[in-house]
Amino acid sequence: MDDPVNEPQALEIEGLSFTYPDGRAALADIDLTVRPGERVAILGPNGAGKTTLVLHLNGILTPSHGAVRVDGIAVRAPNLKEIRRRVGIVFQDPDDQLFMATVRDDVAFGPANFGVPRAELDTRARDALAAVGMEDVAERVAHHLSFGQRRRVAVATVLACQPSILVLDEPTANLDPASRRELHDILTALAVTVLVVSHDLPFALELCPRAVVLCDGMVIADGPTAELLADPALMAAARLELPFGFDPTVVAGVHER
Amino acid sequence: MGAGHHHLLYLERDSGLHRLAPACKLAATALFVFAIVVTPREAFWAFGVYAIVVLGLARVAHLPWLTLARRLVIELPFLAFAVFLPFVGQGDRVDVVGVSLSVDGLWGTWNILAKGTLGVAATVVMVATTRVDDLLRGLERLRLPRLMTAIMGFMVRYGGILTDDARTMRIARESRGYDPRWIGHTRALAASAGTLFVRSYERGERVHLAMTARGYDGTMPRIIDAGPTTARAWLTALALPVGAFVVAVAAWTIR
Repeated sequence: MDDPVNEPQALEIEGLSFTYPDGRAALADIDLTVRPGERVAILGPNGAGKTTLVLHLNGILTPSHGAVRVDGIAVRAPNLKEIRRRVGIVFQDPDDQLFMATVRDDVAFGPANFGVPRAELDTRARDALAAVGMEDVAERVAHHLSFGQRRRVAVATVLACQPSILVLDEPTANLDPASRRELHDILTALAVTVLVVSHDLPFALELCPRAVVLCDGMVIADGPTAELLADPALMAAARLELPFGFDPTVVAGVHER
Repeated sequence: MGAGHHHLLYLERDSGLHRLAPACKLAATALFVFAIVVTPREAFWAFGVYAIVVLGLARVAHLPWLTLARRLVIELPFLAFAVFLPFVGQGDRVDVVGVSLSVDGLWGTWNILAKGTLGVAATVVMVATTRVDDLLRGLERLRLPRLMTAIMGFMVRYGGILTDDARTMRIARESRGYDPRWIGHTRALAASAGTLFVRSYERGERVHLAMTARGYDGTMPRIIDAGPTTARAWLTALALPVGAFVVAVAAWTIR
């Protein structure tokens, strides 16, 4: 985090608070800085405010207090289009994200909105699908793909916008182990900043060297994933639990490899 | 999975009819159906010509007869009403195996039967040779507002998910011993329908969120050019309705 000042951070959140219109506080004074190319896990139990935080990153929700900047650009009304191009969100249910008649149309939807010329859309879609190993399904209907394939296509719909930050909300939910492995391989091969919101702790540890623990709308820890997961007091406080028999200290070496 | 390249009613084959530009096919089918409708009902020969043309098109497109025949079933509810016409019709009556039938009613039944079947058959052939996304694109090209084609697209996309949802709910009901026998049991069914509605509504909100996140600002973007529809494609496609109109005019003049 001691980068030269002239290079903007991929993501800067300063004193972000958010209160729902009904007075319920969802996020309280969140500070988070993510360097370009970093992969960060956002961990926390259900209802910790993870998804609410994600919706602030591209300006779908507006903070009650504080500010969010992406690549040095403030997340504010006049910049929203540019912000939404730079922040690609992969939502939890791929069926929410794949709404066009064919996979190719879905992948081209984002770039088309962001003003990519029609002649280029095909290449964009093909490249994005190739990045997730799904180029063969371009003409298919999303409904007939397996869940793992739909998840990968959902990632492609966002990659096609060429984002600088990729945000994934519970990316491993409902995935079988093989699809989970494939998703991991796809994400590690990408040269973008990645934010993973999850309570799949082994996946977070495998993918993200750094983790942030969110609890009751507050950041209660920020550090190397392996260290956080090995801290029983922190884990208990955040209602996070490792799978039976999983020892983060044993697998901690994965990132040094 | 394993469903392959399913596009609803589309039957993947390689034929000139499959390759023809969707906009041309759509326009030609609509005009063809119109020509069938304006043909006088007494001109049996004209309907024979139309039937041969439709069957010929199905043959050219290598479509399986049985599938096409099964798809014609969709018109049965409409025909059910037509069947009553000879019994309730006014005017002259004829005796057919001891049953007195109205002549006018018989003509009415024939009229609906012939025109309905031919119209549905022509549409069935068009839909079987055009992918849904191409159909939507064709409609767009024919200047249908993009908002409407977008809504149709959503119906196609989420209809399947809704059916799946309804099925899992039915299985969940039956797994808990639900066995609807008397009218009081319909309550659970109504509750399921309500839940399905709320779920769909919420899904709509989530889909909108996902669209907004990818830069949607209220207008559906034009994604892929349907490709230039050549004059040749138009000429090929419009030969069908033009021919049909010639038949229709001939049927009126030599009546």
